[in-house]
Amino acid sequence: MSTTESFTPTGAFTEDPDAAEYTVNGGDWTDVAEEAVRLGQQRIVMNMGPQHPSTHGVLRVMLEVEGEIVKEARAGIGYLHTGIEKNMEYRTWTQGVTFCTRMDYVNSMNNEHAYVLGVEKLLGITDDIPERASVLRVLMAELSRIASHLVAVGTGGNELGGTTIMTHSFTAREEVFRIIEMISGLRMNNAYMRPGGVAQGLPEGGVWRIRDMVTKVRGYVDEVADLHLKNPVFVGRTKGIAKLDLAACMALGVTGPVLRSAGLPYDLRKAQPYSGYEDYDFQVPTSTDADAYSRTLLRMEEIYESLKIVSQAADRLEGLGDGPVMVADKKIAWPAQLSIGSDGQGNSAQHIRHIMDESMEALIHHFKLVTEGFDVPAGQVFQATEGPKGLLGVHLVSDGGTKPWRAHFRDPGFNNLQALSMMTEGGQVADVVVAIASIDFVLGGVDR
Amino acid sequence: MHIDENTPDAGWFTGTLEATVGFLRAGSLWPVTFGLACCSIEMMATGTSRFDISRHGSEVFRGSPRQADLMIVAGRLSNKMAPILRQVYDQMAEPKWVISQGVCASSGGMFNNYAIVQGVDHIVPVDIYLPGCPPRPEMLINALTTLQDEVKKQPLWQSRRKEIAAAAEAAALKATPTSDQFGLLR
Repeated sequence: MSTTESFTPTGAFTEDPDAAEYTVNGGDWTDVAEEAVRLGQQRIVMNMGPQHPSTHGVLRVMLEVEGEIVKEARAGIGYLHTGIEKNMEYRTWTQGVTFCTRMDYVNSMNNEHAYVLGVEKLLGITDDIPERASVLRVLMAELSRIASHLVAVGTGGNELGGTTIMTHSFTAREEVFRIIEMISGLRMNNAYMRPGGVAQGLPEGGVWRIRDMVTKVRGYVDEVADLHLKNPVFVGRTKGIAKLDLAACMALGVTGPVLRSAGLPYDLRKAQPYSGYEDYDFQVPTSTDADAYSRTLLRMEEIYESLKIVSQAADRLEGLGDGPVMVADKKIAWPAQLSIGSDGQGNSAQHIRHIMDESMEALIHHFKLVTEGFDVPAGQVFQATEGPKGLLGVHLVSDGGTKPWRAHFRDPGFNNLQALSMMTEGGQVADVVVAIASIDFVLGGVDR
Repeated sequence: MHIDENTPDAGWFTGTLEATVGFLRAGSLWPVTFGLACCSIEMMATGTSRFDISRHGSEVFRGSPRQADLMIVAGRLSNKMAPILRQVYDQMAEPKWVISQGVCASSGGMFNNYAIVQGVDHIVPVDIYLPGCPPRPEMLINALTTLQDEVKKQPLWQSRRKEIAAAAEAAALKATPTSDQFGLLR
C-alpha cells in the first residue's frame, strides 16, 4: 500500500479545508482503515466506478464514509458522453432516429417515439399519421418498456447476488426480442420509427407470434416474481431502503417508477396521451412505500400492464389488416419499401426497377429525399413521452432546413440520478448499490 | 532443469506442454466486466440462458481485473473513459487478450466526433475486432471461439506475444492521435 500525503487544501469534498488528503491505491482495506484510525480521521473518501459491475454502466460515485455509514454521496457522470445530440445536428431529420435510438440503449423504441413525435409536431402532421403506424409504435414502445423493466429487475437482482434473477429476466427478454426482431429486423438500436410513420408493417403471422409471446413472457415474469419478490434476502435488502418521499421527488424532478412509488400516479400515457394511448385499457400501478422494494414491485406490475397493451395492440393490428404505415405525403414519406432479398434486407426489387428503369422523376425524388432529406418548418417544439424510467422529452429546434438546428433530450435517468445522494446519505455503503438499481438509469441516456 | 524454447531436443516436451496449456487457457477465458454501452447489454445476454457463454468456459465475469484473462470492450469509448480502460487493462495479469466488441469500440463507428475514441486500439492492443451495432450474442460467441483458436496456438513462453504487443503499441504511438483526426464534426 502506498499512502501519499498532499497538503493542498481543496475543500471541495472535505468540509475542513485544512484537513490533509490521502490518496490510497490498492492494498488491503484493513490497512486503510487502520491508517485512518492512526491519523485520527473518521471520514474516508471512497471511489466507486466508473468501471464497476453494479453501476448500470459507467457511473462514478464518490462516497464519503464513516465506518459503514455513507455521509456524502456524489455522482460523477460523463464517462459515456457520446456527442449524440451534436451528431444529430449534422444529419437529416430521418437519420436522427438512428442516433437517438442509441441513447438509452435498453429502451430504444421509446427514444425514437419521443423524437419522431417531436419532428411530426414541427411538421404539423401529427394527425396525418396512419392508425396502423400509431398502433405499431405503441406496440413497439411497450415491448421496449417490458425489455427495459426486465433488465432493471434482472440486473438489480444480480447486483444483490441473485444471478438467477438475471438469467430468468433475460430469458423473458429474449422472447420479447424475438418479436422486436421480427418486426424491425434488429434486436437493439432498431431505428424502426421514422418521422411520418414506421419503417415497415407487421410481417405475416405477426399477430399470432405476438400473442404467443405474451403468454410466454407472462409465465416467465410470474416465475421471476415468485423467485424474487418473496426472497427473504431481497426483501431484507430493499424494504425501507433508498427512501425518497413525494416532496423530495417533486423537488428533484424525479419521474417514472420512482415517483409513482412515492404515491403520485403520474404517467404521461394517462396524463398527456400520445399515439392513441387514451384508447388502451391499462392501469398505472402506484405505491406509497417509496422504497427500493416498491419500485421493483411497480416495475413488475408495469410489465403486466404493458403486456395488456401489447395484446390490445395485436388485436387492433389484426382488425386493421394491411394498410399504410407511412404518411401519404410523398414529400416526407420514405420513398422505398424494405424487403428481404437474397443478400439481406434492402429496398424492394420492385422499387429498384421503378426508379432505375421506368421513371426518372421517381429516381430524382428518391435521391433527393434520401441524400438531402425533407425541410422542416422553422420553430421549436417540446414533446414528452412516458419512458420506462420516467418522463422522456425531446426539445427540437429547426431553422427551416433539412437538419435539426438543435436536438436536446430530457432523459429521465439524468434527472432521477440527482436523487442518488438523498437516497444513500445516512445509509449503509452496501445500500448504495440497491439505490442505484432502484433508480434504474442507463448511462447511455444520462450522458448521451 | 531449465527448459525453454532455446533448449535443444525440448520439442516434444514443450510442444505437448504448450498444447495442454493452450487448451486449458482457451477453455477458461474469464472476461473482466467492461461494459460500456449498448454492446454490454448484448454481452450480458450472451452470458444468460438462451446463448449461454458458459458452454465455452467464459461465464465467470470478474469485477476485479486481477482475476481476468480477457477484456471484452463492449461499446463506445469516450475520451473521458479512455484512461480508465487502460488502467484496468494494465491491472490484468498476463497472459491477457482483448476483444473489441462492436463498431464503436473497433473504429468509432457512427460516432465520428469529439467525444469518442476512434477505436480502442488507440488505447489497448486488440486481438479480435467484432463488427456489428451491436453484434448479436452469436457473433460474440463466434469472436470468443475464434480467439480460443488463437489462444490454443499461442506459444507458452510469452516472448513472441510481448514482441507482437510491443510492435502494436509502437505502431499505435506513431499513428495520428485522435485529437488530430478530423471528421465531419471538426
